[in-house]
Amino acid sequence: MSSSRFLYALTAVLLGCMATPGMAELPVARQKELVHLVRQDCGSCHGMTLRGGLGPALLPATLADKPVEGLVATIIGGRPGTPMPPWRRFLVEDEAQWIVERLVAGFPE
Amino acid sequence: MKRIVQLFFAGLLLVLLSACSGVPLRGTGDLGLIVERASGHVTLVNTTSREAYARIGGLGDLSHASVVYSRDARYAFIFGRDGGLTKVDLLEARIVKRIMQSGNAIGGSISQDGRIVVAQNYTPGGIKAFDAETLELLSEVPAEYAPGSFSKVVGLADVPGNKFAYALFDGGEIWVSDFSDPKRPVTKRYPAGLQPYDGLVTPDGRHYLAGLFGEDGIALLDLWQPEKGSRKILEKYGRGEEKLPVFKMPHLRGWSLAAGRVWLPAIGHHEVLIADATTWKETGRVAVKGQPVFVMASPDGRQIWVNFAFPDNGWVQVIDTLTGKIVQTLQPGKAVLHMEFTPRGEAVWLSARDDNRVVIYDTGNFRKLGSLEVDAPSGIFFTNRAARIGF
Repeated sequence: MSSSRFLYALTAVLLGCMATPGMAELPVARQKELVHLVRQDCGSCHGMTLRGGLGPALLPATLADKPVEGLVATIIGGRPGTPMPPWRRFLVEDEAQWIVERLVAGFPE
Repeated sequence: MKRIVQLFFAGLLLVLLSACSGVPLRGTGDLGLIVERASGHVTLVNTTSREAYARIGGLGDLSHASVVYSRDARYAFIFGRDGGLTKVDLLEARIVKRIMQSGNAIGGSISQDGRIVVAQNYTPGGIKAFDAETLELLSEVPAEYAPGSFSKVVGLADVPGNKFAYALFDGGEIWVSDFSDPKRPVTKRYPAGLQPYDGLVTPDGRHYLAGLFGEDGIALLDLWQPEKGSRKILEKYGRGEEKLPVFKMPHLRGWSLAAGRVWLPAIGHHEVLIADATTWKETGRVAVKGQPVFVMASPDGRQIWVNFAFPDNGWVQVIDTLTGKIVQTLQPGKAVLHMEFTPRGEAVWLSARDDNRVVIYDTGNFRKLGSLEVDAPSGIFFTNRAARIGF
């Protein structure tokens, strides 16, 4: 009984962690790859400095009023009717979440 | 006799002057520059010796930079992503002038008479004309396609008559602005289709083509008979098949006319489309490794070199225009962003961004001729562009 209560509490804590912005963590090597992907390949449309191009700017100020889940869904599934393609072939959801959190906070160089 | 003496001294003076300046006289026909997209530098190169001879910094954000040349092929006008416009002297290897002309730019072009340099902008959407000598603003044409709605401008190309043709990504139109009076441009509008993403003018300056992202097809305007209006070619080339994702927008500028046919990237299909350049009817297509980005014909029109969008950007394929078949598949390096042929096409230079290297190939036997270490190279631009219509 007490062990199941412990498990319940642990699950709640872990879920809480996942919901907290900035908690998505990835191996350092993968983080480096993602930074390169965003700057270089997302940068084709959004600009290497993320100030926008054919696609909109991805700066903290421009993303401030946009819900994180929506941005993650856009990365994974694309946005039909616009040139934004789905990136699911190259990213899992946690990685898209990591990217969005960094974009909102100010993306690393 | 007196005249001969005068001539002798005039000649002697010239020799002494050039000797004093310390820089030997030279032309610019075998020079060019390579954009280093991440560091805001350009590397100046010589295509005869296949070497870099200078490096210039302080050019701002060059992540989508493009370059046009003055009519004397001495000065490069570099359009940066951040709206910077920089005039570089290739002979003295220095910046002559630099201005910030907009918030977000995508490229530019130079007029038939060489006097006007025009920048195409995303923000604020429109084009701006500058004096090629001083970079002083002459006039601008805001891309206001509906009251209060401004469009990003793509596919700017110079056309005869000191005119410039370009397309409006958001407005779905082709515009042609006449700068006969550089301070009072006159603009005519033509329908294009859904989301034109880039444009090109044929080497004779007659036809302007705008590639469409939002639908299968290319918008075509005959600039010799603009009163006939624009029309669509290669319509429904996707045959209703589902489109593959496009991870980088193709680029149309460059020679794509070869062997009497026009060679164009399909959007969302891993194919190069071929159309007859008189009837504009599709004559074939070539299956390639990925989403084509640049589909560039060699100067003699015998070969078409194709590079690709992420994740296939390590490949380059060569199509023989006589047979319409791929004759070579190369792996020049990581993230091949751009290609440029030497003026008569015996060699091609390719930038491999993630290898920090520019690789040079012999177009006759596809052997590697050499390479240059360049920091995150993107666009490669040789001075023979100075004499081309549509650049």
